[in-house]
Amino acid sequence: MFKRVFMLGMFLLAGIYMVGCGRGKTSITLAGSTAFQPFAEKLAEQFMDKNPNVNVTVQGGGSAVGIQSASSGAAQIGMADLVTLPEEAKGLTSTVVAKDGIAIVVNPKNKINNLTTDQARDIFNGKIVNWKEVGGDDVPITVVSREAGSGTRTSFEQILTNITLKKDALIQDSNGTIRETVANDVNSVGYLSHGLINEKIKAIKIDDVECTSEMIIAGQYKLVRPIFLLVKGEMVGEVKNFIDYILSVEGQKTIKDNGLLPAK
Amino acid sequence: MKLVGEKGVQRILMITALSAISSLLLIALFIFSEGLPFIFNYGVGNFLLANEWDPSTGHFGIFPMIMSSVWVTLGAMVVGAPLGIAGAIFLSEYASPIIMKIVKPTIELLAAIPSVVYGFIGVMVLAPIIRNNLGGPGLSLLAGCIILGIMILPTVISISIDSILAVPRSYREGSLALGATTWQTTHMVTIKAARSGIVASIILGLGRAIGETMAVIMVAGNSVNIPNSALDSVRTLTANIALEMSYATGMHREALFATGVILFIIIMILNSIASVAIRNRNAKK
Repeated sequence: MFKRVFMLGMFLLAGIYMVGCGRGKTSITLAGSTAFQPFAEKLAEQFMDKNPNVNVTVQGGGSAVGIQSASSGAAQIGMADLVTLPEEAKGLTSTVVAKDGIAIVVNPKNKINNLTTDQARDIFNGKIVNWKEVGGDDVPITVVSREAGSGTRTSFEQILTNITLKKDALIQDSNGTIRETVANDVNSVGYLSHGLINEKIKAIKIDDVECTSEMIIAGQYKLVRPIFLLVKGEMVGEVKNFIDYILSVEGQKTIKDNGLLPAK
Repeated sequence: MKLVGEKGVQRILMITALSAISSLLLIALFIFSEGLPFIFNYGVGNFLLANEWDPSTGHFGIFPMIMSSVWVTLGAMVVGAPLGIAGAIFLSEYASPIIMKIVKPTIELLAAIPSVVYGFIGVMVLAPIIRNNLGGPGLSLLAGCIILGIMILPTVISISIDSILAVPRSYREGSLALGATTWQTTHMVTIKAARSGIVASIILGLGRAIGETMAVIMVAGNSVNIPNSALDSVRTLTANIALEMSYATGMHREALFATGVILFIIIMILNSIASVAIRNRNAKK
């Protein structure tokens, strides 16, 4: 008796799953960059509205995971937000779908408005330790950085070049906590994705170029990283359709409206 | 028709009980199988005693993290243990039973506050106070010690109270009958008799402090650094795992599991000491 009820239940469950999935539905999985993840989710939603026979799943994990899962086949599309792709990604087809500026931010009470690339590098290396050395008040600099492995940190260090982060820099594990730390500490300096700047922090000019969408698109602002979508082998079928959709006028508009910059 | 008989109930209960133990075993097995090979490949000495942690260049020395964990935990003890023990003595020996009935559950409620809330208070209130009055970045070893010291209070107080109340009344009566005051009785007789329980409470608090992650990540600043002063920012073993796990692959990921192995061993040792201390208390009765 017990067994029969159990079996019946299993059949019912299996039935529900089959109906739920729908027959012949193609599914695409994206994994990787947490910076691009929210955008990918939004784009996936829009794409699925137009193509009800495709199911797009978006997972995070970071750029390293994106590259890894695209090469292993765990995900059809890997997302990575690095300036230069590492060796492991050489065999993958990469497409730049968006760009993201990295802003160097300080507390609004800090009177510094501009740093040169060299000054920024020296601050993060620990060679400049007091704001007065770059024209500010006589107070120590608190450097705030991201954790090792973060795409933002890797890009930041690759663009500024020759950075060995000073030992006593504070480490925060997201753009949001960097923003909070800088907003709370008058002496601090950090960096984050330019889409996340708000009135609690102040983005400073780098080599006299302001961190704005216009300057980034014009190619004037230096700290910019591309966001790659990585596919193993040739792009075919729905994977190609999805990436084409992201690059379409509509897809790029979604990216722009939500704080990233279009690829072209 | 009965679905399950006496035997069945027994079996179901046994399976439930075993599932708790087997999940512990599985966790231990998983951590060790992921972490131990790395420790031996990289070298025990290199891993435990090297100062440099830089995964991008392949340096995995966790000595600064071990030292930071030790300092944060000791600091939490300095803050939490005297407060906790004094509170327990007051509640069990001096306070009226009504106050005890109100205060003890309230203190135990502290344990139910999620650690992220402690961390938030640390970031918003404590760190600015430290930064403005003592200097440094505010997010520091000192902030970690104070927050953790408060977090371990419920553990220290409730176990200490239990062990002080477990001291037989006759001990106290004997002492009082000899003309000793309440304080003399408390510190010369009651506390001495309850000593092993109080020690156990401190060690369990220690275990809690060393294992705490979220609050420490939020208030301690997380730089990989052997602290020179209480105002320096530090990263504990737990914070290291939680901070970097989401991005780690390959060697880096194994190194984090290896960090977990070290943490697991430390906590196992602490808990064993605590359970021996508690057993001693029970044996004395």
